[in-house]
Amino acid sequence: MAMDRPESPRRGLLSAILSEDPPGGRALNALLLAAFLALLFAPFLFPGAKAIGVAARICILVVLVASYDLMLGYTGIVSFAHVMVFGIGAYGVGIVLAKAWVGWGAVCLGAAAGIAIAALLAVVIASLSLRVQAIFFSMITLAVASFAQILAQQWRGLTGGEDGLTFSVPEALRPSFHLLQEPLLGLQVNGTVVTYYLTFSVALLLFLLMLRVVNSPFGRVLQAIRENEFRVEAMGFQVVAYRTMVCVIAATMAALAGGLMALVLRYVGPDATMSFSLMIDVLLMVVIGGMGTLYGAVIGAILVVLAEYYLQNLLGRLGGAVAQVPVLSALLSPDRWLLWLGLLFVLIVTFFPQGIVGRLRRPRR
Amino acid sequence: MADGDALLRLEDVHTDIGRYRILHGVDLEVRRGRVTMLLGRNGAGKTTTLRTIMGLWHARQGRILFAGRPIEGLATPDIARLGVAYVPENMGIFGKLTVRENLLLASGPKGLAQERLERVFACFPALKTKWDAAAGLLSGGQKQMLAIGRAIVEPRQLLVVDEPTKGLSPAMVEHFIAALLALKEEQTTLLLVEQNFRVAQQMGDDVAVMDQGRIVHRGPMQALVGDEELQQRLLGLSLGAAG
Amino acid sequence: MSDAWRQRLNEWSPYAVTPLLVLAALPAMGFGPWLTLTVAGLTMGMMLFLMASGLTLIFGLMDVLNFAHAAFITLGAYVAVTVLGLIGGWAQADALGPNLAALLVALLCAAAASGALGFVFEQVIVRRVYGAPLLQILITMGALIVIEQLVIVVWGPNALPLPKPPSLRGSLLVGTSPIESYRLVALCVGLVIALLMHFVLTRTRLGLLVRAGVEDREMVEALGYHVRRLFIGVFVAGTALAGMGGMMWAQYQTLVTSQVGDSMTVLVFIILIIGGLGSVGGCFIGAILVGLTSNYIEFLSPKLALGSDILLMVLVLMWRPRGLFPVAAH
Repeated sequence: MAMDRPESPRRGLLSAILSEDPPGGRALNALLLAAFLALLFAPFLFPGAKAIGVAARICILVVLVASYDLMLGYTGIVSFAHVMVFGIGAYGVGIVLAKAWVGWGAVCLGAAAGIAIAALLAVVIASLSLRVQAIFFSMITLAVASFAQILAQQWRGLTGGEDGLTFSVPEALRPSFHLLQEPLLGLQVNGTVVTYYLTFSVALLLFLLMLRVVNSPFGRVLQAIRENEFRVEAMGFQVVAYRTMVCVIAATMAALAGGLMALVLRYVGPDATMSFSLMIDVLLMVVIGGMGTLYGAVIGAILVVLAEYYLQNLLGRLGGAVAQVPVLSALLSPDRWLLWLGLLFVLIVTFFPQGIVGRLRRPRR
Repeated sequence: MADGDALLRLEDVHTDIGRYRILHGVDLEVRRGRVTMLLGRNGAGKTTTLRTIMGLWHARQGRILFAGRPIEGLATPDIARLGVAYVPENMGIFGKLTVRENLLLASGPKGLAQERLERVFACFPALKTKWDAAAGLLSGGQKQMLAIGRAIVEPRQLLVVDEPTKGLSPAMVEHFIAALLALKEEQTTLLLVEQNFRVAQQMGDDVAVMDQGRIVHRGPMQALVGDEELQQRLLGLSLGAAG
Repeated sequence: MSDAWRQRLNEWSPYAVTPLLVLAALPAMGFGPWLTLTVAGLTMGMMLFLMASGLTLIFGLMDVLNFAHAAFITLGAYVAVTVLGLIGGWAQADALGPNLAALLVALLCAAAASGALGFVFEQVIVRRVYGAPLLQILITMGALIVIEQLVIVVWGPNALPLPKPPSLRGSLLVGTSPIESYRLVALCVGLVIALLMHFVLTRTRLGLLVRAGVEDREMVEALGYHVRRLFIGVFVAGTALAGMGGMMWAQYQTLVTSQVGDSMTVLVFIILIIGGLGSVGGCFIGAILVGLTSNYIEFLSPKLALGSDILLMVLVLMWRPRGLFPVAAH
């Protein structure tokens, strides 16, 4: 079985950056390029604080979902505690900024603390529970995540309880900050824009890092484990060690994403950062986008976020047209966007388990 | 069908487990009323063959005929209902159920027939004393007794047993050989996988030796017993030593 | 000699946990509160048992973890609201007889509705994903979302009140401790159903098959039984039980929201983990433990209450990593 090389014979810089793992397939390449450009120039293309906020959210979610794909798609681990570590990262930065001092040092300290706790939790949960059956593990992660959420809600002193914490961010990131006096290409380059580009760059870096991880020998072992764990164990690899490692890497990425989220929102709270509905969103994104592809995270995140905003609009209009019909109007109410997204999810899992990217990708290995 | 005809026949059976082909064209014949021993080294494919016969794993290719009827596509329960009893290597005892309940599961809709039960007790008296005990608490030998007892509590045409004497003390082994030979008296056909050549030689009428997913020798047991050089070659052992 | 003792101790110690807990709680609070809380805990345990037992059986026999189980709990609760609305005469009469009859009707309807949905669910969704844990988790999660949204479509997004029948609103006085009448009814209902399940599992051929199948499905097939056909029955029974649990719990809370199933999911999972996946007896004891712990801790230290069950789970897992009564096969 010869390796099917991608169409371009040049190996070049681009290929190296993408760790020799390009999207594959013309439609897919085009889609992802469009997505990349849209995100790169988002503040110019979609001005206004709200649109930039959406774009920032997409960047952060891409990292969160991609790190989840590391566990789910590449190693076959179903964890419901992923959003918990995201929240821990967010709270790490948020708490330091709210309670200690505001400054870049604080941000770094908070992020480091968040990462440390997240990584530690990942090691503990993984090494304890990965020795048991997959389903047992998933249930335990659910229980632990639930506990963390309760903790965040109850521990007013530290986390601000249900209301969460609002705080200031370093000066360069504040909306009132002006990097350039004059607008650049029609865009007022203020703190919000700076925050966005910080988010975008970190997200891009982390994504490329993850591409490197899955295309390394380590990554190949992970995929082998997903295929047939017993064989891998028989070949002498400590499966539990590998799984623990991937959980730690994924948790670190998620915690960093959480830290970014804190900076973007200038707020942390249990609902925004640790809720079960966010976990469901991540699941939707990774499956719809395509498990085990990493690029699926990009497609999935963009699709689901856009769906959340625009599906409601669409449903509103459709629902208005059938306002008279009782059941139909309830089905098409904008509040029921999750119903349709959920249906899409079930259909994709049933008929296209490879997701969008999986489907569009040309078969390689 | 007269005695000596093939009750069970495998023709060119190939079985895969996942991506690996384990059986590479197995041809096997189990003659009615006789004891056929399936021998071979560890990993030769003996258990896979039994499981394929029982429909627990599906043959990728080939035919399996039971009393002339093809069974290779049938579901396991249907194969069992044709009169085939299976005793797996791990005995398949339900540890949380009592001895009585284990036997009850093996009996027909009318429940346990007293007369059959007496015969089981005659072979394996310990089952009577442990009647209401949880099967998981029995000793290894007793569990094995229960496993075989379960296989014979209803009349069967074919008994397929995977390593009946594994892990048993020599006294127990003798006991089992006697019990199995008694079955043979009643026209029950037996297909046994056995690692222990000494035991095999005492019980078997016919022998088939497997290696790397194929049958590499078949014929009457006597022929193999008499030929030390053949034994060396096929099983890597000399007469008198246990497998 | 000491080895046999140790083995015996090992076997019987999980049974001792509940009585020990109950006894230990007594000195921590007065007899009055202790009695009320113990009854409350047992009642909650019964309802949780109804909700969890189906799931443990389904998992034990079929290796299917139905993440949509919460949806069946929710459906049972909503069906109860509708049914009790329809038989308002009985439900609102101020007499014990009609009230109990109304509850019984609602209970059976909840069971029927959830069971029917369970049947459809098994045929359409679960059937496709036997033996594929990843797909199971994903697809049942998706189904959970869809079903709960559909429930909102049918019954509306607002919380629906479910007032208790008049004759069950009060409390009985035992000494100086009030014991809510509804709790006693729920306790009895739970016990009856638990006993019925026990009877079916231990004294019928069907129950025997289920118990054996939970341990070693392949062997049961090798004995000539079509275990797959059993699956449907067990799945339907499991979802029907969930519906009943949902109904009783909603009546207890006097309020039904679309989140009622979800709020129970974590507790149900904890019970399954504590009891041992696949063990109905373990589920029973686990449910009681969780019910008692929740009530005791809530009284003793309200702050700790929400996390107390998870702490309980961690403690049990440290003692018995596979749960109190693990079933062999898994």
